[in-house]
Amino acid sequence: MNNKDDIITLGHGSGAGLTRKLISNIFSETFNLPSLEDAVQIEHRLAVTTDAHVIKPLFFPGGDIGKLSITGTINDLAMKGAIPRYILCSFIIEEGLPLDLLRKIVKSMQTTAVAARVAIIAGDTKVVEIGQADGLYITTTGIGEIPEQVELNTGNIKPGDKIIVNGTLGDHTIAIINQRESLGLEPAPVSDCAALNELVQMMIRAGKIRFLRDATRGGVATILNEINAETGLGIVIQESDLPVQESTRAVCELLGLDPLYMANEGKLLAVVAPDCEFLLEKMRNHPLGKKSVIIGRVTEQERKVYLKTEIGGLRPLPLLASDPLPRIC
Amino acid sequence: MDWKKFRNPQLIADILQLLQSHQQPLRLMEVCGTHTMAIGHWGIRKLLPATISLISGPGCPVCVTPTSLIDALIELKSVTIATFGDLIRVPGNYGSLELARARGLQVKVIYSPLEALELAEKREVILVGIGFETTIPGMAQTLIEARRRNLKNFSLLPAFKTIPPALRALLKENDVQIDGFLLPGHVSVIIGLESYRFMTQEFGIGGIITGFEPLDIVTAIYHLALQQENSPRIENEYRRCVSDRGNRIARDLMEQVLEVQDAPWRGLGWIPGSGLGIRAEFAEFDASRKYGITLAAGNDPPGCRCGDVLKGKIIPPECPLFARVCQPENPIGPCMVSSEGSCAAYYKYEQ
Repeated sequence: MNNKDDIITLGHGSGAGLTRKLISNIFSETFNLPSLEDAVQIEHRLAVTTDAHVIKPLFFPGGDIGKLSITGTINDLAMKGAIPRYILCSFIIEEGLPLDLLRKIVKSMQTTAVAARVAIIAGDTKVVEIGQADGLYITTTGIGEIPEQVELNTGNIKPGDKIIVNGTLGDHTIAIINQRESLGLEPAPVSDCAALNELVQMMIRAGKIRFLRDATRGGVATILNEINAETGLGIVIQESDLPVQESTRAVCELLGLDPLYMANEGKLLAVVAPDCEFLLEKMRNHPLGKKSVIIGRVTEQERKVYLKTEIGGLRPLPLLASDPLPRIC
Repeated sequence: MDWKKFRNPQLIADILQLLQSHQQPLRLMEVCGTHTMAIGHWGIRKLLPATISLISGPGCPVCVTPTSLIDALIELKSVTIATFGDLIRVPGNYGSLELARARGLQVKVIYSPLEALELAEKREVILVGIGFETTIPGMAQTLIEARRRNLKNFSLLPAFKTIPPALRALLKENDVQIDGFLLPGHVSVIIGLESYRFMTQEFGIGGIITGFEPLDIVTAIYHLALQQENSPRIENEYRRCVSDRGNRIARDLMEQVLEVQDAPWRGLGWIPGSGLGIRAEFAEFDASRKYGITLAAGNDPPGCRCGDVLKGKIIPPECPLFARVCQPENPIGPCMVSSEGSCAAYYKYEQ
């Protein structure tokens, strides 16, 4: 009998520990990849990234697969400090998909790209037999330009730095779960799906940014663990400062999920210099940063990532192996 | 209700302060997996004085589900298996349902048992009936609904467990050192305080039914500490949800559809009267009859000490496999799988 490591399971797509293992053991090793980042800098000031989108349902409150395929790639570029310029897209379409639906999705891609001042310049289309894909998969590749003197990476991070997020955590995941599982939440939670490039450029102008990452699969906690693994510095997050909508909190408690590990599609985590008041004020003046808040700090006193709970307990916030499973009771 | 008061840091600090004066060693068992998680989630263990230790009990339904259930499900062909999410990573002798799904088995994670009925409109479905008194009434209701809809391709595999017989079995073990119990909140909503009276009457040990907020938990611990100086009793700290007799409607539902059986518990073996099977009147929906499935207690994998963890004889780090071989991404024993399992909770929160 094969052991668990011998075939791909859904856990390998969770964005958590199993995904990291898959990437380092199979891809990085074979391709000789220098880093595991979503976007990389090539040539002089060029950044590239690519991202496959396989979301179900195709349409959800706050977005659709088309919008997501553009914002996801824009955000990966933006987190390197790059100004996104061009996007290429390839479509895997399941036989039977209504043309109207495709038209609507493509239009949504264009609207999103135009709003973010990005040009969609080329693409590819394949159609597969019914049952071979789930409606539609979109892969987008983005090219962006990194302004002079912008160098965002974990090497910049120092003890005493602050951790900022630009708003409430878990909104995207809750919106998707609610729709996919027909939870019937009223009003229906809305995904935070948004292009963050404008916010990021404004933040870079305000200064004090050491490192940025969009908190998608694996959530904020996974990024914090990556920072910890790369820098060896400890991080303490203050639970009482975490921005989480009441409805998200309630659903999470009911299902045994944790907003810190849930995917967002319009949230970034910034590590910033300690004197960040001006930056924070600037962020709060931007429509996508109104609820920006400091959630924690980098410290030499600890060696791992910890959460200071609302009642004062300190507990580890480890890298999870896989998606948290909704619990039975 | 203003639930925030149950997380009031000052109130909690005050109670923790009172507990500091407790000098005698005190070993308390939290029966319920959700309590284990809440204790870890809030970092409560480290806030308690060193004299007080919290031991996790057998109250995680996934953890006590025998391997034979997973093995039987994996054998099934051309049936869709509808299950709560945390069961899919439990290792059987031939891998987990998650792995079987990657090999082509139809496994659908559901959030409510009624979803299984929707699935059964189109295909043959087995609903995996695991859970304690908290989840069982919903499962019973699902069977009644299946009959109302006259569904032909739906069945339920009963592997239910009930808490009081497990507590009795635990208390009968000679070498279990427990001074008091944090009794499960959700289960007690259904079964009520009266169901635990036997603990003091027959075994002279006390327990407190409590909720899942940090104030609930530290209050219950404080009251259990006070009981040591007075006399053991069954108390109800969770009055906002739990009554003396429980939820009569829910219990009637269970009674109507299900009947008491002996049941195999992973790590604990057969416990008399601790399971619920489907009554003959609902036999058409009984997957164990339909597919000829019988569950056995089975053995734990070599070296795995989940059984001792579930009985509170050891804490997870005392198992030789813990964190070294047995990890959430590759669990050996069931307590590492479910988010409510003691080993998973220790791995996540207490290392």
